[in-house]
Amino acid sequence: MSPLDAFRIALRAIFANRLRSALTSLGLVIGVSSVIVLIAVGQGTQRGVTDQIRGLGTDLIFIESSAAATTSQTGGLGGLAQSTLVQGDAIAIADDAIPGVVSVAAQIAVDAQAVAGSNNVGAEIVGTSSTYAEVRDLGIGSGTFITPLHDEDGSLVAALGARVADTLYPGLDPVGQEVRLSFAGGRITFPFIVVGVLDEQGGASEANDQVFVPLSGVAGRLRFLYTPTGDLRVTQIDIQTASGADEQRVKDEVSELLLFLHETPEPDFVIQSQDDLISAATEVSNTLSILLGSIAGISLLVGGIGVMNIMLVSVTERTREIGIRRAVGATAGDIVKQFVTEALTLSLFGGVVGIAIGIGASLAVDGRELGGQEMTTLIQPWSIAMAFLVAAGVGFASGSYPAYRATTVDPIAALRNE
Amino acid sequence: MIRLHEVTRVYATGETAVHALAGVSLEIGRGEFVAIMGQSGSGKSTLMNIIGLLDRPSSGEYGFGGRDVAQLSEDARARLRGSAFGFVFQSYNLLARMTALEQVELPLIYQGAPDRKRRAAEALVRVGLQDRITHLPTELSGGEQQRVAIARSLVVNPLVLLADEPTGALDTATGHELMTLFSELVEQQGLTVVLVTHEAEVAAYAKRTVRMRDGRIIEDSGSPVTAAAAGGPAP
Ligand SMILES: Nc1ncnc2c1ncn2[C@@H]1O[C@H](COP(=O)(O)OP(=O)(O)O)[C@@H](O)[C@H]1O
Ligand SMILES: [Mg+2]
Repeated sequence: MSPLDAFRIALRAIFANRLRSALTSLGLVIGVSSVIVLIAVGQGTQRGVTDQIRGLGTDLIFIESSAAATTSQTGGLGGLAQSTLVQGDAIAIADDAIPGVVSVAAQIAVDAQAVAGSNNVGAEIVGTSSTYAEVRDLGIGSGTFITPLHDEDGSLVAALGARVADTLYPGLDPVGQEVRLSFAGGRITFPFIVVGVLDEQGGASEANDQVFVPLSGVAGRLRFLYTPTGDLRVTQIDIQTASGADEQRVKDEVSELLLFLHETPEPDFVIQSQDDLISAATEVSNTLSILLGSIAGISLLVGGIGVMNIMLVSVTERTREIGIRRAVGATAGDIVKQFVTEALTLSLFGGVVGIAIGIGASLAVDGRELGGQEMTTLIQPWSIAMAFLVAAGVGFASGSYPAYRATTVDPIAALRNE
Repeated sequence: MIRLHEVTRVYATGETAVHALAGVSLEIGRGEFVAIMGQSGSGKSTLMNIIGLLDRPSSGEYGFGGRDVAQLSEDARARLRGSAFGFVFQSYNLLARMTALEQVELPLIYQGAPDRKRRAAEALVRVGLQDRITHLPTELSGGEQQRVAIARSLVVNPLVLLADEPTGALDTATGHELMTLFSELVEQQGLTVVLVTHEAEVAAYAKRTVRMRDGRIIEDSGSPVTAAAAGGPAP
């Protein structure tokens, strides 16, 4: 029997029981499509996080206080008060002439409310220095960023992220306007003069929702940010390295310097390069992908069991047909071919429909908001190939045993006059 | 062409063994029309199944066309069954949801034969069903269904047609039409027909009658017409 004949016979049997066939392949449709969608979501999320980290700049190394690293997420002033990093550390790193270090910027990051007239928006206030724009590759749309002059005189000026500016001054040029920043739930409020607005940054950048002010200006008014020895506590220090510099060596030397400055044998800070952050995020999302993939894999397995179940039922129902085919010359191999082809056709049909739905669903959710989070999906060709192969494997595996059972049908008993 | 020697077929059913065939020796030559008669349970169907290679003897020898077919592999038996034998059953044994043409094509699919549609249509013409080619079994009378089954067995140009009570489910008139068809096939095309029947009227169409009882042949109206050729080389 030619494969084409086997396929025709399979199609007849499948179409003779349309509803049953559809329900049987539904298991595989769900399995295959969820494999594709879940892997696309996992990989898309990974890409999103990676892009966000890359969007911070290039060749960056971040230093955070171990104590503040856990609390800074709250964005409150309290976390900042516990930070062991000080502005003096940043100055020392810049002065130490470590090879590969291009520029250094210390920063304070605090959540606050930005108010202009009747408009207000929640924003992260970044107290930093004029070097920050260079470190983070931030382009200026209008006006200026914080200038070295502002660093010196501690004036109350602000450069606005693009979205903050849009919200506070819709349709207006904010440069020269007053913006009031209120901290600690409104207990502390200062007026700032807007000196510039940043360019709209690439999608994943946080800079769009930030307001940049001179560290010296804020610090001068929030005395509790100073240590007893008169140094200014900061949330984070960013180091821009030269492209192609040995980041590990820079990290080691900076670490040595900070251990000396902090007079501590064990680091009270965390140094991470962008690559470190990316590999940490990748590791997390790979684990997530494997988990999601396994769940989807289980539904494929369940789908396969469904196919096998139906094939077994089908063999039992069709003993007479099997007997007739044997009587007209079908070999055991022909019978095996018939039932395996049928299971394979059912499974591959489910697989192909599942792939179509999986791709469709992945494209449909791409860029949609889900629970306040923008979904990014990245369809992986290998996941499609894998889903297809698994569907084929499931069809083969779940068709084999029923097909073997079909060959054990005794044609004489099947054909006996009833 | 068919040569059985001391063939037995024993079924082990629980404690007791049923001797469906208790030593049957029979020779059937080419172009013979043989009727096998006997009470129900006398072993007629068992004998037909062994002749048609659907079943194997428990002991004894079976030569077909001079070849010892008892020793053939399962696949070789299936192929020989498909090309040399045609089966016709009391209950027609057609497949549901298949047109007459498709039913008749079936053996050709397993032979991998070319020109299937044309050959199947020709076989239907031979049994007088040229006007029923696209009919489903449910759209055909009993006699017509049996003719489709006969066309299906003839389409491979078999050497032997094995018909197990083919008229059992048909009215007398239709049964006679069928027997006329069998006689024509034997006389005009040299087909060998082995027919199982209860009815003496049906058996009367055959040239030779074999009677069975309790798994043995108790009477044989004639030795093979071409006895000399029996067991000779396959044509
Ligand atoms: N599969 C089987 N298992 C056990 N006994 C069987 C089987 N097939 C047939 N027999 C027995 O073998 C004997 C002959 O059966 P069969 O050849 O069908 O008789 P007939 O066709 O002459 O009516 C009967 O006694 C029957 O019960
Ligand atoms: Mg019988």
